[in-house]
Amino acid sequence: MHTAALLIELGAVIFGLGLVGRLAGRLGISPVPLYLLAGLAFGAGGVFPLNAPEGFLDAASEIGVVMLLLLLGLEYSAGDLLGNLRRQAPVGVLDLLLNGLPGAAFGLLLGFGPIGALAMFGITAVSSSGIVAKVLADLGRLGNRETPAVLGILVLEDLGMAVYLPVLTAVLAASGVWEATGSVLIALACLAVALVVALRWGHVISKFVSAGSSEVTLLRVLGLALLVAGVAEQLHVSAAVGAFLLGISLSNDLEEEAHHRLEPLRDLFAAVFFVSFGLSTDPSSLPPVLLPALGLVVVGVGTKLVTGWVAAKRAGIAVPGRVRAGAALIPRGEFSIVIAGLATAAGVDPRLAALAAAYVLVMAVLGPVLARFADPWARAYVRRQREKAVTAR
Amino acid sequence: MDLEETKLPGVGLRHDFTTARGRRIGVISTRGGERELLVYSQDDPDACHAVIDLDGDEAEVLAELLGQPRVIERLARLREQIEGLATEGIYLEDGSPYVGRTLGDAAIRSRTGASVVALVRNGEVVPSPVPSQQFRSGDKIVVVGTQEGVRATAELLHNG
Repeated sequence: MHTAALLIELGAVIFGLGLVGRLAGRLGISPVPLYLLAGLAFGAGGVFPLNAPEGFLDAASEIGVVMLLLLLGLEYSAGDLLGNLRRQAPVGVLDLLLNGLPGAAFGLLLGFGPIGALAMFGITAVSSSGIVAKVLADLGRLGNRETPAVLGILVLEDLGMAVYLPVLTAVLAASGVWEATGSVLIALACLAVALVVALRWGHVISKFVSAGSSEVTLLRVLGLALLVAGVAEQLHVSAAVGAFLLGISLSNDLEEEAHHRLEPLRDLFAAVFFVSFGLSTDPSSLPPVLLPALGLVVVGVGTKLVTGWVAAKRAGIAVPGRVRAGAALIPRGEFSIVIAGLATAAGVDPRLAALAAAYVLVMAVLGPVLARFADPWARAYVRRQREKAVTAR
Repeated sequence: MDLEETKLPGVGLRHDFTTARGRRIGVISTRGGERELLVYSQDDPDACHAVIDLDGDEAEVLAELLGQPRVIERLARLREQIEGLATEGIYLEDGSPYVGRTLGDAAIRSRTGASVVALVRNGEVVPSPVPSQQFRSGDKIVVVGTQEGVRATAELLHNG
């Protein structure tokens, strides 16, 4: 009886996600906001409350976060990361501060406390690398000359998250100021060690993992990812960061094979993660945070436009390209939800989850739309400049 | 021509260059083997005017069209362009005295005035063969010269 209920509800949820994902494809937007909406609708206080098999969903959404970060790490080799850091560090710092500080300020104003403010910093700082990369590909902008600058910022944000997440989890887990400082130091030390291992002995890990058939590789990579994530969690470095670092150290030799095998798994578990975040958020908590969320959206669009402008300008790109770069960076997504999930699990003000959900919903839909608008605008701008040049002559 | 290489983290590699006439073109190579052919806009040099997605096979065909057969195509055009110049592909048959001997042995240029510009063997082109190049039966020897020179070469390769 119990099994039947579990299978039926799980099947309904996953099938529903398939329908929603197709809708997202039709509309040309990321499925992330729609998964969130689906979660909101099925959760407590939603339109159609579902007595979902909670234990399973919880475990699956943990795995979802691990998979998201593992695959993200697989995108980059340690060399890529360091090279980008060397070239673009000033823009990366500007990006994180310019976009994170307004979030932190809002957090303090709304009374989330210093830890809530720290979480809000991360939620507003990072663009969604998944959505941005997809938008760039969809709009045929991968070849544009501002694109390396945009991708470079995404890389730095991801690297910034590798530092930020362990700090956040350490702070969330600690009870006093001294304990917090101690665990932050431990977390950062672990991170440094892991990065050195990834740089120096990445090929050893790859070799260890990649023997035999593709089935064996799949099981080894997945198993190792969960193991590393678990150990990282034990050390308060956060499971996500452990998976991310493992991804980086595997990226040189294994990336293509692992990508191929793991991507479908990531899609499945990540979808479950977004839904279960929606499930745990009460829709009636959204209206009170709507105004602050819209305020954050206005500020966040502006600050990302500035970031893109500066980054593209440094790369010697003309005005239209600078605007395109800024517009492409706007969407927020999976990372903001990951951070909000961590914060609410640790008992920060529940309004933070609602605020993050509303913020991501608006940003993830608005971002691709604005990115699309940047193209006709740029063409019009170029035409105007040319006309001006002609009349001046 | 300066070929620029740019890393696109998470995507692949981009190569691009500007042609002598000022058009910028490029290719993105993704890790999955797909290629994107980029034609940059003339108005906005940072943006692409056209982006053409190619899978691995299509990219290979395009590369071949742009590369290999140029030699043969040029020869064909040469024939049309210059009057009094003949081009002929002469097959080396089994009975020929030059099977197994070298281009130098045949001394074609000094004896007929015609030049051997290429050798086609099993569908592969050997452009500008050196004197030590050995002939095999079935080779197609591409010769350029006057009408008489080419005819004399065919005679020479047949009967020695």
